[in-house]
Amino acid sequence: MASYETVIGLEVHAQLLTRTKVFCACSTAFGAPPNTHVCPVCLGLPGALPVLNGDAVALAVRAALAVGCSIRAASRFARKNYFYPDLPKGYQISQFDEPFAEHGHVDLEAAGRHVRILRVHMEEDAGKNIHGRGGDSIVDLNRAGTPLVEIVSEPDLRSANEAAEYLRTLRDILLFLGVNDGNLEEGSFRCDANVSIRPVGEEKLGTRVELKNINSFRFVEKAIEHEAARQEAVLTAGGRITQETRGWDEKKGTTFSLRSKEEAQDYRYFPDPDLPPLAIDEVFVARVRAESPELPRDKRARFAAELHLTPYAAEVMTQHPRVAAFFEEASMLHGDAVRVANFVQSEVLRDVTTHGLTANLPISARQLADVLALVDAGKISGKQAKEVYAKLRGTGASAADVVAEAGMAVVSDAGAIEALVRRIVEANPRQAEQLKAGKATLFGFFVGQVMKETKGSASPQVVNDVLKRVLGL
Amino acid sequence: MIGHVAEIAERVRAGETRAEDVARAALARIDALDGGEHGLHAFLAVPREKVLEAARAVDAKRAAGTPLGRLAGVPIAIKDALCTRGVVTTSGSRILEGWVPPYDATVVARLASEDAIAIGKTNMDEFAMGSSNENSAYGAAKNPWDTSRAPGGSSGGSAVAVAARMASAALGSDTGGSIRQPAAFTGTVGVKPTYGRVSRYGLIAFASSLDQVGPFATDVRGAARVLSIIAGRDERDATSRGASVPDFEAACGASVQGLRLGVPEEYFQEGLDPEVAASVRAAIDGLKDAGCTVRPVKLPHTRFAVATYYVIATAEASSNLARFDGVRYGLRVEPTGGDLRAMYGATRDQGFGREVKRRILLGTFVLSAGYYDAYYGRALKVRTLIARDFDAAFGEVDAIVSPTAPTPAFALGEKTGDPLSMYLSDVYTLPASLAGLPAVSVPCAPTKAGLPVGLQIVTPALDEARGVALAAAWEARSPARDAVPPLAR
Repeated sequence: MASYETVIGLEVHAQLLTRTKVFCACSTAFGAPPNTHVCPVCLGLPGALPVLNGDAVALAVRAALAVGCSIRAASRFARKNYFYPDLPKGYQISQFDEPFAEHGHVDLEAAGRHVRILRVHMEEDAGKNIHGRGGDSIVDLNRAGTPLVEIVSEPDLRSANEAAEYLRTLRDILLFLGVNDGNLEEGSFRCDANVSIRPVGEEKLGTRVELKNINSFRFVEKAIEHEAARQEAVLTAGGRITQETRGWDEKKGTTFSLRSKEEAQDYRYFPDPDLPPLAIDEVFVARVRAESPELPRDKRARFAAELHLTPYAAEVMTQHPRVAAFFEEASMLHGDAVRVANFVQSEVLRDVTTHGLTANLPISARQLADVLALVDAGKISGKQAKEVYAKLRGTGASAADVVAEAGMAVVSDAGAIEALVRRIVEANPRQAEQLKAGKATLFGFFVGQVMKETKGSASPQVVNDVLKRVLGL
Repeated sequence: MIGHVAEIAERVRAGETRAEDVARAALARIDALDGGEHGLHAFLAVPREKVLEAARAVDAKRAAGTPLGRLAGVPIAIKDALCTRGVVTTSGSRILEGWVPPYDATVVARLASEDAIAIGKTNMDEFAMGSSNENSAYGAAKNPWDTSRAPGGSSGGSAVAVAARMASAALGSDTGGSIRQPAAFTGTVGVKPTYGRVSRYGLIAFASSLDQVGPFATDVRGAARVLSIIAGRDERDATSRGASVPDFEAACGASVQGLRLGVPEEYFQEGLDPEVAASVRAAIDGLKDAGCTVRPVKLPHTRFAVATYYVIATAEASSNLARFDGVRYGLRVEPTGGDLRAMYGATRDQGFGREVKRRILLGTFVLSAGYYDAYYGRALKVRTLIARDFDAAFGEVDAIVSPTAPTPAFALGEKTGDPLSMYLSDVYTLPASLAGLPAVSVPCAPTKAGLPVGLQIVTPALDEARGVALAAAWEARSPARDAVPPLAR
């Protein structure tokens, strides 16, 4: 029996994070009451004309450069014609045979796969149909005209797992670039997958099926796995794959046919006469390149090489752009990136929530750096640092004030500690003798006793010094 | 009778006439000439109260000592393809019946900023598709020189409003001749500016790469003044050009001594009415007397213009008119028990007229997979060849002169059964449209039956001023100067 390999190409639609829409000045903010962010242009009123938003071009170019594309000096907008209630003009302004960027690549670290990018083009988003009960539907055009880039990969992916890694990598890239908020649930990052299978060793591509509008990474993986298995079952049973578009039924866990190739629409693309050719010169590209934020892979490499983080810690510190920025700022303020990273990993991260580009960080970088500085200065212990952090969460308070208020100032007064140490030594003469005789493990016993008495507030350094002196070690 | 643009503006500015009196006179003429079964039917809407309000505002402005604009109190008719805030705008179509735009077209706003009075919305072929006004969903306007004849189209209502002196000027739009041909048919001056010279924002699109707004007026000077005001870059129209706008009015009276006129051989062949030919030749001779030289030029791709135009214009129209789907505005027809597709179908079936449907079908066909290259793709190439013809000709001459239309106004109903013969009435205006060039139509001697004839003057891109100068030079000698149709006297 032939064994098959899965071949996958992905088309990702990512909203660009401009303040205003791509062809008018309406706000792109999510969640406003229906049809409040609209104007004659995005409503498609008679006589209204599109004017391209330069910010959208800059973000689109930033995204395309990050996936290694070359930017065409001249590209064209084209009209994709079809009727749908969420499409006000009866056509979508997109790019067709002259996209603004092409020939890029994304490298997948875990899979070790080099995925070629065929093209990146700009287009406008449609509105949203909201289907009510009783068959009535309403159309919300707030989203209509939101700028999108469509990033089209070559069929270079070989498993559902690779597809998921590709999407996560791409999402992280766009997130770190500030180009897209990576929000699948709100639809700002969407994916269609072209899936085919072929016998291992075969060069020719099999008939492909397009899986549409799958709204989570997990579902992408499941849908592709299911689709590949379905195709294999069809071929194994001696059948043929029909070229078609299929959807993903989350409840049933199966794909289902949406339309066949014969039913595919003829979009009658033609150059949009309302928009002159898009000219992007080298100066513009150079400026965008210079202004582009660091990519996640570069950040990880730098954190490891320059800040001496372990690869794992570097990975964790770059899970989100705001976390990375927080970590870097705290490291800068404190000076020891490794200790900052350790503290962030062990304490801070569990309290961090992210939503798109924003992250809810429990304390500021300044507060974190101050907490660690208090430990350095011997004013609080490591254990107390965790308590101070807990008290600082969600407040703007200074670390020093929290320490003072809680009466946590560490006992680093050598005199007070010496009195305590002498009392403990007297209370444990046998252990003291054994330690003096060379049983070094008992040193920890005495440190522990001091810490117990001081509820962890004694400075470990001072306790060590005093113990050694008192016991004459 | 409503006078020329400059006369009215100067008198209102000088306080010799009140804008309100001019507006009342214009409204009275519209009442007398336009309404009723035998009326000219140039207007689809006359917002009487708004007109008087606007006029009174101009008078109040003057009373307050504020300087008035260059069109102070001038009644200007607006083609119904242009959006006017608060005033019904239908583009001559049933599908937009009763639609009130929430915004003004840029050109409408520019006229208002110079204190013009938008007197009303004018009749037109539905979505500017037609050459006779007979495709208006609201019934054709009539030619004031002979009410059994067509006023031309698509901007027929604007032409009639000016010809019958119900307005001093009007805005029209020209896609393949829709300003020039009705100007020729009605004895008015019409200017189609360079593509991109005037903002299209708020002009309900027919064919976006060809549509251009321009003025009609009773004289060249009036058209030039209106053009100076509406021309120029508009941030809301990405295809509008940033070239500086000269004072076109200053070109009236400029010398035309030594200008080289080209007469395209291809335009004087079969299909041209002999009386029209004679009248236009006489006008060319008149310009010779004014100091121009005349020579033949070749525009060899002219014979492809009609076919090229009807591929490109219908392709764009099929897409431009997709927005009329019954979802957001205008007509919606919901068959009982029907789904979304049934609503689309019924709305567009009842909302669009025959010619509009014909062009949507044509345009959809030429853009379809498998046909695109053979039709639309090829038409784009031929369009380039037609533009090159003009480039080459303008290497030898300063302007190209010809008849505006092959015949004088034809009878209403004469061509409605034969779309192709209707299309051919734009045969001389289409090439300049395809090349994006400016062109003026200015009246020459009428036919024996008293029907107006137009001389078309095409000039290089952005050189409207030269066309205006030549038109003014001819107007000064033209027997048709200041001619008013008998019924409007």
